[in-house]
Amino acid sequence: MKTKVAIIGAGISGASIARVLSKYENLEVHLIEKAPDVGWGVSKANTALIHGGYDDDPDKYPTRARLCIRGNRLWHQWVKELQIAHVWNGALIVALQEEDFDELERLLERGRKNGVPEMRMVEKEELFHLEPGLTKEAIGALWVPIVGQIAPIPAVIALVENAVANGVKTHLETEVRGIKVEKGEVRGVETSDGFIEADVVINAAGLYADEIARMAGIEYFEIHPRKGEYFLFDDDVPGPRRVLFPTPTPISKGIVVTTEISGHLMIGPNAQDLPPEEKDNLATTREGLEEVWEGAKKLWPQLPPRSKVIRTFAGLRPEPTGGDFIIKAEEEVWGFINVAGIRSPGLTSAPAIAYEVAGIIQRDLGIRLIEKSGWNPYRREITHFFMLSPEKANEIVKRNPAYGKVVCRCNNVSEGDILEAIERMKFIGVKTPSVDSIKFRTKATTGTCQGSFCRPRIVQLLAGEYGVEPWKVTLKGKGSEIGIGDVKALLRGEE
Amino acid sequence: MEPSEIPMLSYDVVVIGGGPAGMAAAARARELGLKVLLLEENDYLGGILPQCIHPGFGIHYFREELTGPEFASRLAKRLVELGVEYKTAARVIEIENYSDLEKVVVFASPGGVCQVWTKAIIYAAGARERHAFEIGIAGDRVSGIYTAGEAQTLMDIYGVLPGKEIVIVGSGDVGLIMARRFALEGAKVKAVVELMPYPGGLARNVMILRDFNIPLYLSHKVVEVRGKGRVQRVKVVKVDENFQEVPGSEFWIEADTLIISAGLIPSVKPLRKIGVEIDPATGGPVVNDRLETSVPGIFAAGNSLVINDLVDYVAEQGELAAEGAREFIENGGIGSRKWVKVEKGPNVRLVVPHYLSGERDVYLYLRVAKPMEDVELRIPEIGKRLRLPVVKPAEMIRFRLKAGEIQRAEGKLTVEVVKA
Repeated sequence: MKTKVAIIGAGISGASIARVLSKYENLEVHLIEKAPDVGWGVSKANTALIHGGYDDDPDKYPTRARLCIRGNRLWHQWVKELQIAHVWNGALIVALQEEDFDELERLLERGRKNGVPEMRMVEKEELFHLEPGLTKEAIGALWVPIVGQIAPIPAVIALVENAVANGVKTHLETEVRGIKVEKGEVRGVETSDGFIEADVVINAAGLYADEIARMAGIEYFEIHPRKGEYFLFDDDVPGPRRVLFPTPTPISKGIVVTTEISGHLMIGPNAQDLPPEEKDNLATTREGLEEVWEGAKKLWPQLPPRSKVIRTFAGLRPEPTGGDFIIKAEEEVWGFINVAGIRSPGLTSAPAIAYEVAGIIQRDLGIRLIEKSGWNPYRREITHFFMLSPEKANEIVKRNPAYGKVVCRCNNVSEGDILEAIERMKFIGVKTPSVDSIKFRTKATTGTCQGSFCRPRIVQLLAGEYGVEPWKVTLKGKGSEIGIGDVKALLRGEE
Repeated sequence: MEPSEIPMLSYDVVVIGGGPAGMAAAARARELGLKVLLLEENDYLGGILPQCIHPGFGIHYFREELTGPEFASRLAKRLVELGVEYKTAARVIEIENYSDLEKVVVFASPGGVCQVWTKAIIYAAGARERHAFEIGIAGDRVSGIYTAGEAQTLMDIYGVLPGKEIVIVGSGDVGLIMARRFALEGAKVKAVVELMPYPGGLARNVMILRDFNIPLYLSHKVVEVRGKGRVQRVKVVKVDENFQEVPGSEFWIEADTLIISAGLIPSVKPLRKIGVEIDPATGGPVVNDRLETSVPGIFAAGNSLVINDLVDYVAEQGELAAEGAREFIENGGIGSRKWVKVEKGPNVRLVVPHYLSGERDVYLYLRVAKPMEDVELRIPEIGKRLRLPVVKPAEMIRFRLKAGEIQRAEGKLTVEVVKA
């Protein structure tokens, strides 16, 4: 008999857990997600950093401190197995005044305690060698070479594709409405799409982890959203080579200046605490954006004119009571495991969190995990036309002419890329066609024109492959349809 | 695979872009006896014209009022009659400039990747629209926010109606035409919001607002969009004469669709990459009177050169660029001359071309910075004066200078628009 496992939430934590649990012969793993696609919650909008592990105080936040550095090391392996775009460019935590060195010394000390390799202080001369465009006010920095960047949603997609290939079942657009507990043991999950039987329920519900826990009768923590806003600039704006942090304050790692992996200069985030009921407030604010702009300018004075902004966005971090990750099997509800409060450095820690959960299942729930003989650790990245050499592109186009038809002109994304993305969406069970699903898989619509040329064409491709009318294709799930009907709908008196 | 398996073609001129500028350029180049290849990335020729189903095109060029699709098909017909070679669904992925008479254009199409050796390139790739993020609109990232051109594509190419309660940012021609387009399909256009204190479009298009009873908010801007999934409301703020927001003037308009029509920007990224000098005022390349850019043998025309308000001028520029390409190929270069530089004087926001040879008559295309009445366009160096009853930033001024007039200048000509 297989042990049935339900994971609630297909973000970076849930997806990593699904992948790791897909290794075991005696588990039947169900991944439940309320959004139409994976990675659309907390994982969607963040700074996309694989942190160094020097930041979290092991006395105050022992779980964060331990899992961050382990996660960093695991990502170095996982990005290769799963072909996730990444860059290991290192970070500089910059001192602008003498007092900052006290804090940097503390970070260096803490990093050593947490096991972070190769950290060291750099003097002014070397600092500008590492990062010539940095503000001339900088007087030194802490250099952390193991810091890197990945694209977070593509990472979630890669994990889920790999998990599904290894037998995990997904339930997308499925909202959890209750946790069935009998005699102190979980029995399953009530959802908008019926009951899913489970012996083990893993709560990786991000911002909603407190609400899910409450469904199981666990009420000792609360999650409140902390908003961070960002600017993304056109790809012809020069950005730094390293990830640049200011010297942190007790509440924040500060506003980062970085060149994200697609080559766009990105600045952010600020930190604004929202009340617990505003878990869906993803609006950017003019005040918040202004704060980010001013903050970034301190490290990177040559910010371009505002007309070079191609996107602004906001993300929410789930801040838990107490501040540390909550990763444990709850004793009063047998089989219920919380993976809650996974705020920064959650993206970094995700692989380590996944192994932690596997450990909890064995150790605390006493389920002996038996490895599959045929587990496949590999996943192939989708074809990106823009990454192919002309020779390679020619070869692929000869096999399938759709790859020769460029749809997104800013990023050279071909129709073939998009059709492949749609196949991948269907493979993991995406039911509602949305432009964002294509965007996160192919980079179409993320360039200079922000989709004004290619979006209608993508809508047409999605409509064709999903067999729906084009106006019913969505931007990001139900309620965000592209149109209200055909062009004569209003004149016919519909709507 | 060996690199040699990439097919290699050879032409005198490659025209990039199959809109009105590119089609006119290709046709003229062929008439002039050049071996020409036109590359268009859409499945059809015409550029943006096939989606411009309203009339108002062609009065100068064809001496007849046409719709966009009609204008496009006339040019396309001419291409076919002349036997011009063209490829649709052909996306240029690389331009390399080896030497003055050796350039390579690499393009991808469903037939494969191809490289073309060519002596000259006419770049006519058009423009893109400013989008919501570029003009600083904050709030939710929801469905229902479109650039005017995207909304037009959805409606007139794909037959999709984006929404029913519409707010339009920008009162330029495109915004006004889309206001009418939505109204004609039964949608309620709740406001046109214009940052400037005067409307941005041609007078005949500003009339649309009165015809359809659409409120126009001058000196206002949209600063925020809110909604869940879909646009629900947009926040509008009044601005003073320095474009500073007037405190307490904010109000919300309920709408399900926000159309951004905040201006066009020439698409010149591939030109920048090969070192073509760009004029910050036009956003397009700096050119001489043959419409040759700062890289010899690369010519520009249409909205990639300067944002035009009439397609007739776009086509005219295409032909001019073709004539330039012919001279370039025949003489192995446009040659260095005593170029006369055109400089901007009072109330001139942009002027094209930037350098004149004095060997031929030229048309100058000019836009003013602010509207004025009863003015004179003057070039003091040669004593030229042209009386104009009214000038507006929305309306491009096109005027002719004779070769003889240009020759009278010593090094530069200053164009100014001043009170008569």
